Amino acid sequence: MYGQGILKGLWVTFRHFVNTYVDDIRYAGRKYLRQENFAIRQGLKAQGAFTVQYPDEKLAVPERFRFTPFLVVNDPDHPEAPGDDWCTSCGICAKVCPPQCIWIVRGSDPTTGRPVPQPEAFFIDIDICMNCGFCAEFCPFDAIKMDHNYELASYDRTSHHIHDKQYLSRPLSYWKTIAPTTALEEAVARGGWEHPDVLKAMKKAGQTAVTPTWDNMFTKPEPAAKPLPPAESADEDPAKAERLRKREEALARKRAAEAGEPAQPAAAAVEASAPAPAAPTADKPKFDKQAMLEKIRQRKADKG
Amino acid sequence: MVDYPIVKTTDIKAAVDALKQKFPDAIQDDTRQGYGGIIVDKNHLVEVATALRDDFGFDYLSSATAVDYLGISDHMEMVYHAYRTAGGPALVFKAQTPRDKPEIPSLINVWPGADFQEREAWDLYGIKFPGHPNLKRILLWDGFDGHPMRKDWQEAYYEEDHKPFESRWPGGWVHRAEERNIYGKNVKYPADFDLSKLSDTSEESHYADLGLGVSVQKLADESHIKTDRLVVNMGPHHPSTHGVFRMIVTLNGETIEKLEPVMGYLHRNHEKIGERNTFLHNMPFTDRLDYLSSMGNNLGYALAVEQLLANGARYQPPTYRAECIRVLMVELTRIVNHLWAIGFLLNDLGAFFTPALYAIAEREKILDFFEATAGSRMMCNYMRFGGVFKDLPERIRGEATRVNDLVRDYDTMEFLTELINERLPRSIDELDQYLTDSEIIKSRTVGVGYLSPEMAIAYSAAGPLLRASGVPYDVRRADPYSIYPELDFDVAVRYNGDIYDRYLIRLDEMRESLRILKQILPRLERTRGEAIFAGNKQHTPRVPLGEAYGRVENPKGELGFYVVSAGDEKGPQNPWRYHVRAPSFISLTALGPMCIGHKVADVVAILGSIDIVLGETDR
Ligand code: SF4
Ligand code: SF4
Repeated sequence: MYGQGILKGLWVTFRHFVNTYVDDIRYAGRKYLRQENFAIRQGLKAQGAFTVQYPDEKLAVPERFRFTPFLVVNDPDHPEAPGDDWCTSCGICAKVCPPQCIWIVRGSDPTTGRPVPQPEAFFIDIDICMNCGFCAEFCPFDAIKMDHNYELASYDRTSHHIHDKQYLSRPLSYWKTIAPTTALEEAVARGGWEHPDVLKAMKKAGQTAVTPTWDNMFTKPEPAAKPLPPAESADEDPAKAERLRKREEALARKRAAEAGEPAQPAAAAVEASAPAPAAPTADKPKFDKQAMLEKIRQRKADKG
Repeated sequence: MVDYPIVKTTDIKAAVDALKQKFPDAIQDDTRQGYGGIIVDKNHLVEVATALRDDFGFDYLSSATAVDYLGISDHMEMVYHAYRTAGGPALVFKAQTPRDKPEIPSLINVWPGADFQEREAWDLYGIKFPGHPNLKRILLWDGFDGHPMRKDWQEAYYEEDHKPFESRWPGGWVHRAEERNIYGKNVKYPADFDLSKLSDTSEESHYADLGLGVSVQKLADESHIKTDRLVVNMGPHHPSTHGVFRMIVTLNGETIEKLEPVMGYLHRNHEKIGERNTFLHNMPFTDRLDYLSSMGNNLGYALAVEQLLANGARYQPPTYRAECIRVLMVELTRIVNHLWAIGFLLNDLGAFFTPALYAIAEREKILDFFEATAGSRMMCNYMRFGGVFKDLPERIRGEATRVNDLVRDYDTMEFLTELINERLPRSIDELDQYLTDSEIIKSRTVGVGYLSPEMAIAYSAAGPLLRASGVPYDVRRADPYSIYPELDFDVAVRYNGDIYDRYLIRLDEMRESLRILKQILPRLERTRGEAIFAGNKQHTPRVPLGEAYGRVENPKGELGFYVVSAGDEKGPQNPWRYHVRAPSFISLTALGPMCIGHKVADVVAILGSIDIVLGETDR
């Protein structure tokens, strides 16, 4: 019969139309009234169409969501080196950045002029950043991570869109808050919650770092054997500075070629991270989800 | 169907040998390190190409592109990849020409699909193609100075030949590029360019051969002719063009006599950027080609570079789990893309947005999964050389977001199982029920935009467009990659070659994709916890010298990446040549012929049935 196909199609439209209101009737209007019912509207089981009332409501983003990068620094309540940079200004992120929007000024010792593993300045031009996440993926020190904040609109792009070091720096606990699973995996791969260099120093001094678990995620770090290298690095500096100087020379000799030394830690870190996922799984039974959620909620509330 | 010569599908060498016997003087092996195929004397190119097509069954010209070897051997060359639609690998042949007077005979009479690709080579490289009837710029505009893909051409914001740039580290005091290159000073015109053309709105060159010599005023005065041909510009800003795309149509009444696509409004010289980039840098840039199917683009590029890496000593291919995840991603992408294509085809037919929204509702769920796995919904940047970015997450939503996102907190495998076994089939069936029998859709689409199998092959049409014309050609079967050989699926094919069949074939393909996905699920379970990289993930691999052509069956058709690694003996970090064989671009070659004789309202639907994305067309 001619027209049957159209009627069949209209029946589908009608079903969609009705479905939109099924939940409304089922929840007798409460669907929109209470904040908790946001969950109902979002769910896989929800019927029909719904609208997320942005910006009043926002969809949560998953852990791996990437927007622009930020730099990890020590927590303000770190016992020895509060607020210290994790970045060693090795330059790998600047190299792997496809649109070349990362600018790093490597720090140098004011008296000797030799390079120190700490950035003097760090800029990211977010107009150019393509949100690819390579910088976070290849940083051998877990020092740069992808932020979840996607509301960066401003009135003047010429003055606000180059993020400097101060703007970019966020404490490690922020990273643990927005991406706890990843933060834990990374910490397990590093062998502790601390900066890799600190962990190395602890190992040299014969101390063992606390194994990272869900439960000690937000506890204060153990006092380290040695402070962060950038803070006070007189004793191990000569060797390191020598190495850096040599690399500088090598770089000058053949500008085109690079890779070399900094690639090694990167590869090592990646290698080490391969077996990592097993560790958190092993910890899983001990993991008290409720307490964890409470902690995270608390963190969020503290931040306002 | 056409009678194809029966050939052994994989035997390229036999074909080359026979060809050499036939043209003993014209053909040489390409003996450069890492290269393959043959070099054809350009004076015999047309004969050789004709023989390839007629005597050896290489009826499909996949890609034709230029390379500039400035500083290496100082010549330019055209690289052609021809296939048999019966299946099998490519026969690669090249023709070389001196840089100072680059000229290579046009192959448009052998394979009409060379049309746009030769125009592109003229536009970007300045190679002339004697015999091409319409050799004018295609992506750039007439007032553009020079041929930008030449190695010695520098863009307005030129900084260095290769990334990473020196100024970023260790002395990276930031500046914004535009501060050093004030607007207005970054445009150059050719010396003989008439600047008054810029304010001339007549655009004569576009209309020159469209029969516009007629003076409307004169006709009106004489008032004895009632009708005339009318030239209409559809686009560049038109909702039906799927972006900024323009069609100049010559109408006789409502009927189309001629259609010429004009493109390049979104051109950013992707390939030049790609040659400045390192190999890895290009990965997120491929996302921006066909931005609806970024996973597929990633895979094509990864395959090309992996072919090159495989010539080196230290490369290890992706693990089995990585391959499974890759297939999972690209097949989900195919569904995403086809849902979108069907939805927007209906938009183009005038069913404004209701079908489109129904179609893309499920797409959201797939994008949720991409976001949780790759970090972004559309710009996935997920594949790496020798693996993927990261394994699937344990849960779709992580611990942190559970606080305010209780509902999406699913175990990833549960989510995928539900999606693949329940939700997607249901929604595809619903679309089928909703649209397939509709008399309105049938009367608008059946028999409209017919493309015969011979034409589809000749014009190098790809993907659903080719298969809806009765040519069962699918790269996943014809020249398999990844784990497709062990998967059970059929190549969807339809025989009427009209819009309706192009709609049906997308439904078929989604169902085939679901079949594949159902086979992937147990494989994912089985390999759970296995590594995704056999070797180390490297950010700056040294890529052995040579050329590679990686091609995948992307949702829109065959997507190919021609990558050349050359220059630096130790293994360069940057591709010497990075070319994208864009299905959206090449399939448009057939748009004009398909539209002739149809009504103007059908143009919109025919364009919609090709399914183009301008990010890929314009590059
Ligand atoms: S890769 Fe990491 S440590 Fe190196 S410069 Fe970048 S942020 Fe700093
Ligand atoms: S996310 Fe990508 S583009 Fe942005 S700063 Fe990092 S590497 Fe560069």
